[in-house]
Amino acid sequence: MNTNYHIKSFCSIKNNQVSLNGSVVYKDEENSFSQFIKAAYKQQNSKYPKFFKMDNLSKLAFLAADILLKNENLSKEKENNIAIVFSNKSSSLDTDRKHQESIQNKESYFPSPAVFVYTLPNICIGEISIKYKLYSENSFFIFDSFNATHLLTYTNSLLSSNKANQVLCGWVEFDDENNYQAFLYLVSTKGTTKHNKQDIIKLYNT
Amino acid sequence: MSKVYVSHNNIISSLGFSSDAVVSKISKETSGLQRIDNKSILPEPFYTSLINTEILQENFNKLHPKAEYTRLEQMMITSLSKVIDASNIKLNDRVGLILSTTKGNVDALDTNNPFSKDRAYLSELGNQVKNFFGFKNKAIVVSNACVSGILAVAIAKRYIQQDVYDHVFITSGDVITEFILSGFNSFQALSSAPCKPYDADRTGINIGEVAASVLVTNNSTDLAKEAVTVLGEGSCNDANHISGPSRTGEGLYRSMQSAFKQANITAEDVDFISAHGTATMYNDEMEAIAFNRMQLSNVPLNSLKGYFGHSLGASGLVETIVGMHALKNNTLYKSLGFETLGVTKPLNIITKTTEKNITRFLKTASGFGGCNTAILFQKTN
Repeated sequence: MNTNYHIKSFCSIKNNQVSLNGSVVYKDEENSFSQFIKAAYKQQNSKYPKFFKMDNLSKLAFLAADILLKNENLSKEKENNIAIVFSNKSSSLDTDRKHQESIQNKESYFPSPAVFVYTLPNICIGEISIKYKLYSENSFFIFDSFNATHLLTYTNSLLSSNKANQVLCGWVEFDDENNYQAFLYLVSTKGTTKHNKQDIIKLYNT
Repeated sequence: MSKVYVSHNNIISSLGFSSDAVVSKISKETSGLQRIDNKSILPEPFYTSLINTEILQENFNKLHPKAEYTRLEQMMITSLSKVIDASNIKLNDRVGLILSTTKGNVDALDTNNPFSKDRAYLSELGNQVKNFFGFKNKAIVVSNACVSGILAVAIAKRYIQQDVYDHVFITSGDVITEFILSGFNSFQALSSAPCKPYDADRTGINIGEVAASVLVTNNSTDLAKEAVTVLGEGSCNDANHISGPSRTGEGLYRSMQSAFKQANITAEDVDFISAHGTATMYNDEMEAIAFNRMQLSNVPLNSLKGYFGHSLGASGLVETIVGMHALKNNTLYKSLGFETLGVTKPLNIITKTTEKNITRFLKTASGFGGCNTAILFQKTN
């Protein structure tokens, strides 16, 4: 197995705080998640109006990916073969509950395609792929907790089989406004942090 | 790199409780779809395929369950138990488990459902299946929209080639719920007639209920008669729209390119295509464009949605299993519901079930979020 891969950068959003490569870039401990994520989006100057139509999971994953990828100064002329491998515990349950609520009572029955489309966890991967024109490998996995071993194995497989040049991977969890976390990292042939289980867990816990 | 095979398999559906029984119905061009008119599920009548509850429970009870299991768990466990029995493999730490589903036990969110709402967590579904059989490794749950079932095969192959596992069991399924039907209906995608993939008079999709399971292994001995070698796979995004396919078929085209490159074969080497064919205009048209870009327009092609409906998380896997049996039986199965070409690019749709010596097939799927997957399979015997 090739162990010559590195973690080039990482981004985390939790407890109403956004950090990139370990440094806090935005913090707002007062507000609810909805207010916090909108304010963070504005402060980060993401300029992507579709953001406001996204569900909570997509907003969380999109912003974390955008902050990380923006910092990479990716080429706009040539394609970037960056695979996306995401995971979480709650799938799209936050939006699933909203759709269920809209059909629970026949007297107030109002299922909406704008909600239903977000009842799949991989929609957030689609949103990021559209913004960054990533026609690359993508997959969404569910585990009951952060699974560094799985992400390591799958990422190494994509890189060593030349399916991708870099892999954006991690954990994007949104159960409810008080239980959310994004931890994304970019695996590449360049970088200072070794791509191994211990270092992934260390970064996840910081 | 070690070779990877898809071997023992099972299908549970309205067409039967074993792959052989289901394939025998398909060879007779029998559809598993039926009309349902039940206002408590959906305001309008719709077509679906439903697993027979009595036979499911009878089969499941033979496994002596010691707790209460949801309908989906019963489907998956019953299906997987048949594959584990046929494989005769000891479940040690070199054996993996992958579950493919889009919505899992989402019916547990319904206030009228007897199970706890916590059962709707997909990891809980994974734990239920893992613990029932005593797998040593955690279940890997794949939830990547409508490509999940076929993507699971690619993931199993990758795990084996990374030398993490020697064998991976995959089980897949989704249940027919008001949740799913009301959602697709809000998109005005549901047909009130049996679906007609690629046909000029198509009226939309049918959702169907299936559980399908396979063994993926690196061991070339003790393979099932219909076992196939995985030649190459790819799974690429459209980067275009979250709920509509790309007009150029970009992601599907790239997925096929990736699979052909890895397999090191060309379009002429493919004997048939088991396509996605949901019978929506956008999907069918997108596929026609992508297959033409790959020079695959002359290759015989079918969609199996006319037999099962779209079985979501199971669809890619159940269609792969039928493809494996097609190779073994040297038979091209009719694309049920098709009469007149209703896409703007030529396709060679199979209009009559025919015997033919065949060796390789291409399986494709596409889904919401812009995801696509393509895998090339080759007969082993």
